[in-house]
Amino acid sequence: MTTETTPAAVTTRATTTPPLRERLGDNKVLGFIGRLIKQRPMGAFGAAICILLLLTGIFANVIAPEGYNHINPIDRLKPPSAEYWLGTDQLGRDLFARIVHGAQLSVIVAFAATTLSIVISAVIGITSGYFGGRFDMASQRVVDGWMCFPDLIILIVAVSVLGPGTWQVILILGLLFGISGSRIVRSSVLSVKQNIYIHAAQSMGASTLRILVMHILPNVMAPIIVLFTTRLAAVILAESGLSFLGLGIPPPAPSWGGMLSLDGRSYMFQAPWLAIVPGVALTIAVFGINMFGDALRDILDPRMKGAGSGRYVAAVRRDRPSSMRPAGGKAQ
Amino acid sequence: MSEAIANQPLGNASAPGTTSSLLQVDSLRTVFRQGRREVKAVDGVSFSVARGETLAIVGESGSGKSVTAMSLLRLIPSPPGEIIDGDVFFDGRNLLDMTEDELRDIRGNEIAMIFQEPMTSLNPVLTVRQQLAEPMRVHHKVKEEDIEARCLDLLRQVRIPDPETRLDAYPHQFSGGMRQRVMIAMALACEPRLLIADEPTTALDVTVQAQILELLKDLTRQHGSSMILITHDLGVVARYADRINVMYAGRVVESGTALEIFEQPRHPYTLGLINSMPRLDASEKARLIPIEGQPPDLGNLPPGCPFSPRCPFAVDQCRREDPPLEPYQGQHLKACWVNVDE
Repeated sequence: MTTETTPAAVTTRATTTPPLRERLGDNKVLGFIGRLIKQRPMGAFGAAICILLLLTGIFANVIAPEGYNHINPIDRLKPPSAEYWLGTDQLGRDLFARIVHGAQLSVIVAFAATTLSIVISAVIGITSGYFGGRFDMASQRVVDGWMCFPDLIILIVAVSVLGPGTWQVILILGLLFGISGSRIVRSSVLSVKQNIYIHAAQSMGASTLRILVMHILPNVMAPIIVLFTTRLAAVILAESGLSFLGLGIPPPAPSWGGMLSLDGRSYMFQAPWLAIVPGVALTIAVFGINMFGDALRDILDPRMKGAGSGRYVAAVRRDRPSSMRPAGGKAQ
Repeated sequence: MSEAIANQPLGNASAPGTTSSLLQVDSLRTVFRQGRREVKAVDGVSFSVARGETLAIVGESGSGKSVTAMSLLRLIPSPPGEIIDGDVFFDGRNLLDMTEDELRDIRGNEIAMIFQEPMTSLNPVLTVRQQLAEPMRVHHKVKEEDIEARCLDLLRQVRIPDPETRLDAYPHQFSGGMRQRVMIAMALACEPRLLIADEPTTALDVTVQAQILELLKDLTRQHGSSMILITHDLGVVARYADRINVMYAGRVVESGTALEIFEQPRHPYTLGLINSMPRLDASEKARLIPIEGQPPDLGNLPPGCPFSPRCPFAVDQCRREDPPLEPYQGQHLKACWVNVDE
């Protein structure tokens, strides 16, 4: 009897341990989505918009196979109908196709420029904040100088030198947002580098590069993610602004901003959908990205990771205003 | 004044590289500059640590204990800090002459450090596994496929229950005592020959303090490592240290075995520290005797002995001349003009 029960106990223990780990592995992705929907419903909504935008961009040629520049002079300035869902413009181009391809352009420009800007921000911010001293002094004065110029002046000068075009816009916007964003990264680095674990890493023999990448970078990820998402929306807006001024991506490329300015403004009274549709598209995209970004920041904070503690921290946060306010009020 | 200390041959000093001592510190000086002001945080400190020995450095806050420890591994933030003089021989090699790369090979590998604040000395965004593995990865001590087993082994050594599930936890899921155990495990990962523990138990509960110190003592004994234990708690020192350096105002004022320091303290400051410590064997009426006054401003030391303004035994000579650290009896050294007898 006893000889039978002992192996059984051993085998159950042996078989239950590995699946537990697998379940934990699954939970990371599922748990994340679950927590997003539960704790931040607006964030989940924003995420859905982002995914929709991304998919539209990727599958633009499938959704609108005729392309963004298919001219059909007979159907000029047609209002939205079953044939043309969002109407047509002054050249008879399907507005729906142009919006879809515009989404592709926006996604490309937004991600490329934002990624570039984040890399620039992280490199300048982390090195400047961590090394400090003269290097910090010198690099921050360069950043100051750069930020003295209004963005629009820099943009106009850069476009007139480089000429309009997609990669020029990406480069200029990336540089512009990257340099100003480095301030935010730097200030977080300044507080992170005071921590004892940075000192401990030095005492452990870690190289400077290792400390920057393994210890500083992950600890400034929260502001970097927020920076990324807010910049993503800002870049879409900036690109539209540039195209609106005729400094961005030249026609016939279907930039939402360009569509607003060229077609939208000229035919505002005959065909209001030409202005309304790209405007609404821009609004939805920017709104969705911002909502998702805020939620992402809260959920990716490692102090909220782990099923139990995450809920605990969230509960504490929710409780804080009601329980803290009276005490705080009295103290003041 | 302090040159006198620097040039003073110590009883236990001998030619570097040929000694049996693992670490030999000679007239170490570290200053911090604030504008024109120069704060002498470590002012001509000399001592040695033998293999397998536990040396305690005792003193009040601001006496230069931690700065001494940091200076050994050149971890002083510079500017404003600077090591302006002295030698630190580790196994015959001068740490202060090494290049940054050579020193990096020593840090965490041969000399490891444990910090005061377990709550903040672990990186909050990395798992315990990643942090434990880091010193091994940095120094390529353990093969990548063996790291997990080694991490588990280390957690078992520091007596963390259920290490398999703890390995992927984040520091915030650990209590202070557990975090300090993880720090100790990290420090021991590369089996260092010298462990510098900078007030390892200050931030912990009293019940946990004893556990952590027992653990440190056990583990250093097992590995035959030496330890420098920095503390302001004389009770801790009595139990775990072989030898004691008492520091005041950036210098060593008395040095001897634990027994000598406790049985026959020969510096008024040491005496004051011992008298201000609660004892179980004292009568209930007996009151603690505090050391009057404040530690001196290290940027503006009084003339003569830095302890003279607070010293009940001070004579005229104390206020004029700085006493050198001289042998009192064999290895028992003191820096005091007065012969203090109880």
